[in-house]
Amino acid sequence: MPILEVENLSISFNQYTAGLRRKNIQVISSLHVTLEAGEILAVVGASGSGKSLLAHAILGILPDNALVSGTIKYNGEVLNASTQASLRGKEIALIPQSTNYLDPLMRVGNQVRTSVKTGDATVAQRAVFKRLHLQQSVEKMYPFQLSGGMARRTLLSTAIVSDAKVIIADEPTPGLDPVVMKEALNNFREFADNGCAVMLITHDIESALTIADKIAVFYAGTTVEVAPVEDFTGNGESLRHPYSKALWRALPQNDFIPIPGSQPHPSALPTGCLFAPRCTMATPACSEKQPDMQNIRDGMVRCMHAT
Amino acid sequence: MRKMLLGKLGIFLLLKGLRMLTLLIAICFISFLLVKNSPIDPIQAYIGADMLKVGPEQREKIAEYWGLDQPVMVQFLNWGSALLAGDLGTSMIFRRPVAEIIGERFVNSLVLMITAWVLSGVIGFVMGVLSAMKKDTWIDRLIKWYCYTLASTPTFWMGLLMLIVFAVWLGWFPIGLGVPAGVLAADVTIADRIEHLILPAITLSIIGVANVALHTRQKLIDVLASDYVLFARARGERGFILFWRHGLRNVALPAITLQFAAFGELFGGAVLAEQIFSYPGLGQATVEAGLRGDVPLLLGLVIFSTFFVFAGNLIADLIYYAVDPRTRESRMI
Repeated sequence: MPILEVENLSISFNQYTAGLRRKNIQVISSLHVTLEAGEILAVVGASGSGKSLLAHAILGILPDNALVSGTIKYNGEVLNASTQASLRGKEIALIPQSTNYLDPLMRVGNQVRTSVKTGDATVAQRAVFKRLHLQQSVEKMYPFQLSGGMARRTLLSTAIVSDAKVIIADEPTPGLDPVVMKEALNNFREFADNGCAVMLITHDIESALTIADKIAVFYAGTTVEVAPVEDFTGNGESLRHPYSKALWRALPQNDFIPIPGSQPHPSALPTGCLFAPRCTMATPACSEKQPDMQNIRDGMVRCMHAT
Repeated sequence: MRKMLLGKLGIFLLLKGLRMLTLLIAICFISFLLVKNSPIDPIQAYIGADMLKVGPEQREKIAEYWGLDQPVMVQFLNWGSALLAGDLGTSMIFRRPVAEIIGERFVNSLVLMITAWVLSGVIGFVMGVLSAMKKDTWIDRLIKWYCYTLASTPTFWMGLLMLIVFAVWLGWFPIGLGVPAGVLAADVTIADRIEHLILPAITLSIIGVANVALHTRQKLIDVLASDYVLFARARGERGFILFWRHGLRNVALPAITLQFAAFGELFGGAVLAEQIFSYPGLGQATVEAGLRGDVPLLLGLVIFSTFFVFAGNLIADLIYYAVDPRTRESRMI
């Protein structure tokens, strides 16, 4: 049984435009994603495709003006605001992107200790710092004194000490040098091998492919395909969705051919398939209705032409 | 490392001292010129009602004795050198040394200002925090409404209102003065003094609250919308714990700084409040010195208030310097 299931998740924001006219902006639409224990799922997609919001929605920390529909299940149990609140930091942990997510006026050691739920906080914090090769003096530092690598490891250690079963890492790799990046990715692999489920949110397909088990491809606020990592090979023949194929072929080490056009803005989404305006396989039927997720060859895809 | 930190602090204080010095010189010069060019005639102010009995020759004699016939710059230097020697001159109204009067009045004002300062700081901070934590609820709207109204209320009007309601109608507090009238100085008790202090102090604090409250509210709203509070919530923190761990420390520092930097406004407010309540403090002395042309006292008060406001700002800077780890430990890396 999957440890975390997101079904039909939609998120929209109410925005006041001119005067008092309200506009509903759909940032995530009918999204499906499942997470298994011991597995790394990489959620990849361009910036602005709503990846971080997915993480915030699972934790229930979206801003007040967000409207959420759909269900999120943890261990088969449907979550609501209060169960989400009780799982946050205990069962589900977030690893955020940058030092900005650390309190600027609090010593980092103390911040890590607040994540410890059981046992001696100081002992747990020192042990995890040792494990991540952070010197003990680091615990007395303030966030502005940390280097990029140290900040990354500090953020990671908040998740480790929390003993969470599900780890959601939001863009953990940008700006890291290859050595630190490899170390960070290995840490996620370690999490998964210890029985955790890891959701790795990133726009860096290449590094995601090196450690993930499954890849969910995100486009304009929804998953267009969930495929095992082995399918990302050759010319992308084994991939199911035209966008995933195009994304794969756009990588420098492959054909390096960009897709014409750009991702639609959340306020101007097309009515049918979100990718139809840029798709070479599009037929009139594609613009009528958004296709449902279907299972094809051990993966999921949202395209009526998929094979 | 400690030595380096102290060295840095030394340079900081030295620079501040230099700035203080230049500011004082400029203030002295400007106020001297202003008084010099004002319609106040020092001789008339000195002699008062007996002016008619003084002939032109006598006037010239007095002017010569005081050095009033010399060029302005010479007069300024004369006054300045006396000032440097610690001689602020003699007050014409009180016929006592200016330094003595300022010292005596300052003690009275200090009690009033500190009470108002602490009250407005604490109440304002709590109101701001409450307002931000309960943003967009009726509590927030009520506090905001109160602050906007109070921020645009003149101190003297508020003081009059307090007097009418609490002293005249309800009769809970005395109408004015710092001690009861007709009682020997030796018989005045601390309770008497406190009773006379309450209304002016409350008037000053009610007005001072708005600034801190609105500032704290906005700052805390920003903090609550920050990435680190989002992350704290993602780790399961919420409510009071969240505020205590991440809100308070990030909001308290700017609020304290603001409160120290508001020394100037406090002084300005005290001038008006003391006048309304006939409270014998520095503010009342300033008004009297101005109205009755007591030049030495007026200049002495100007210098003293400059010093006072500067000290407030300096303390604010020092607190930031000492408390904020980003400035305190920036040398460690």
